[in-house]
Amino acid sequence: MSAPSDIRGDLALIAEMVAPDTRVLDIGCGDGQLLELLGRSRRVDGRGIEIGQAGVNACVARGLSVIQGDADNDLKAYPDEAFDYVILSLTLQATRNPRLVLNEMLRIGRRAIVSFPNFGHWRIRRWLLFRGTMPMTDALADPWYATPNIHLCTIRDFDNLCLELGIRIEKRVAVSGPATEGGYRPVSLFPNLFGEQAVYLLSRRR
Amino acid sequence: MNTAPESGTATTTVDADGAVEALATLGADHPLRLDCGLDFGPFQIAYRTYGRLNAAKSNAILICHALTGDHHVASNNPRTGKPGWWHVMVGPGKVIDTDRYYVVCSNVIGGCLGSTGPKSIDPRTGNPYGLTFPVITINDMVRAQALLLDHLGVGDLFCVIGGSMGGMQVLSWATLFPQRVFAAIPIACAARHSAQNIAFHEVGRQAIMADPEWHGGAYLQAGTNPRAGLAVARMAAHITYLSEAALHRKFGRALQDRERVTYGFEADFAVESYLRHQGSAFVDRFDANSYLYITRAMDYFDIAAEHGGSLARAFQGTRTRFCLVSFTSDWLFPTSESREVVQALNAVAANVSFVEIETDKGHDAFLLDEPEMFKTLGGFLEGCAEHRGIGRR
Repeated sequence: MSAPSDIRGDLALIAEMVAPDTRVLDIGCGDGQLLELLGRSRRVDGRGIEIGQAGVNACVARGLSVIQGDADNDLKAYPDEAFDYVILSLTLQATRNPRLVLNEMLRIGRRAIVSFPNFGHWRIRRWLLFRGTMPMTDALADPWYATPNIHLCTIRDFDNLCLELGIRIEKRVAVSGPATEGGYRPVSLFPNLFGEQAVYLLSRRR
Repeated sequence: MNTAPESGTATTTVDADGAVEALATLGADHPLRLDCGLDFGPFQIAYRTYGRLNAAKSNAILICHALTGDHHVASNNPRTGKPGWWHVMVGPGKVIDTDRYYVVCSNVIGGCLGSTGPKSIDPRTGNPYGLTFPVITINDMVRAQALLLDHLGVGDLFCVIGGSMGGMQVLSWATLFPQRVFAAIPIACAARHSAQNIAFHEVGRQAIMADPEWHGGAYLQAGTNPRAGLAVARMAAHITYLSEAALHRKFGRALQDRERVTYGFEADFAVESYLRHQGSAFVDRFDANSYLYITRAMDYFDIAAEHGGSLARAFQGTRTRFCLVSFTSDWLFPTSESREVVQALNAVAANVSFVEIETDKGHDAFLLDEPEMFKTLGGFLEGCAEHRGIGRR
């Protein structure tokens, strides 16, 4: 699949995990870039939740079905298995209760797609080891007192949580490199050390 | 009833620009079963249409008016000479593009601006109905609109749209006739009338009924008009359509044509003068009994109550695409009311969008020039038209 080059790299990775002609809920859909990509390239029936009203209005003006809300508060209204995929990109680390959000995603969706910045990356470890202050990177650009990212984790942390919650990891892609289309390189060797970001395709273990 | 008209007869005039104004007689063969249990008919519905129904009959949009609105939605009101009440939204090249869509707007049953209501003549008695007019509901208004659409040969609607009481009708359409509604846009409304809103309506009704000129509702026979009562009702209601910020911005504590207060009860303040003008202008165009009936219809509106207390159940299985709109400074129908409808629609996995528009203009914002509302609704309608296969002109 080829996406236009202005698509954020992780969104292109996520889009590749979505089967065509399915129902998708994108939590934290921003200005609707992923929903539009999925609608165009995969003919999905897409819905979005976005916390910022400006983003919501921009999405609706683009013809997308989007409401204002957030992952912590607004998933409980949805019925079980209402969607084929529930997507949360680079947002899990900013939720108040990531465990609950993950469980809710896999209640209202048959599958979940989650991406997050990997706090186990070697540059972050080196920063903490040598500077002794909270690491800041391109993906985690805010100082500790201003960051919305209150629940950072490593790839190994997330694997452990999935195990604990009975969640099956169907696919895991760790990547590094600039966050542009084609800029990402997949990381297969020591992903928790060399992956800057991880994208997971999850389902409920039955 | 030797002169009872047949169902479906109509008197029609066509403007130079193709807009049609007409009066349809409905419910003559099969009376309308009202929520109160009475069978009503024949009755007349005044309406206007703009644009043309396409060959596939897929481009019809029904616009529902608010409490004191009428069917002159886009073109000049022939009685007042004023522009249509939603001319900013509806017209050639506007968000609701009359070059592309077939637009229908009708005066509600129970109204006083063309359709049969309390001031109409009861054919059984030869006198105005007055308080013998049956109590109507929002659902009754919608069922009467459905009869009008049958009469016009419109099966499914591409979209139903309206604000305030018009939004209530949109929600009623989506629950009574879900298969006839492709897209629904309820603006600045709620799935039920709140206690506070019922309370405001009751103040207005009591003002009307306390006016000695009301004569127990038979003022037309008595040759009087409860102008003072109706004006007070309008003044009280008008405050609820604005916001504290808008009133402050417009009037503040400015005095009306004077340097200092008069230590009396003249309209010293500009805001008083404005309200008095709103009241007296309203009396010239609206019937007091109609005001009682239509406010009552809004009070009775409660979709969840009709569905065993569950709002979600009202929308079960819906395939309609919804776009709800609320305004930040609207305290008559606050955003929380729209959010409740959104949550009910989510609970049945319906296709729903919801935008809250930032404005200090209060409830009446939906009637005004709100570019953000035009932009989002334009995008929503465009997306729906694509799914519906309605091409551009």
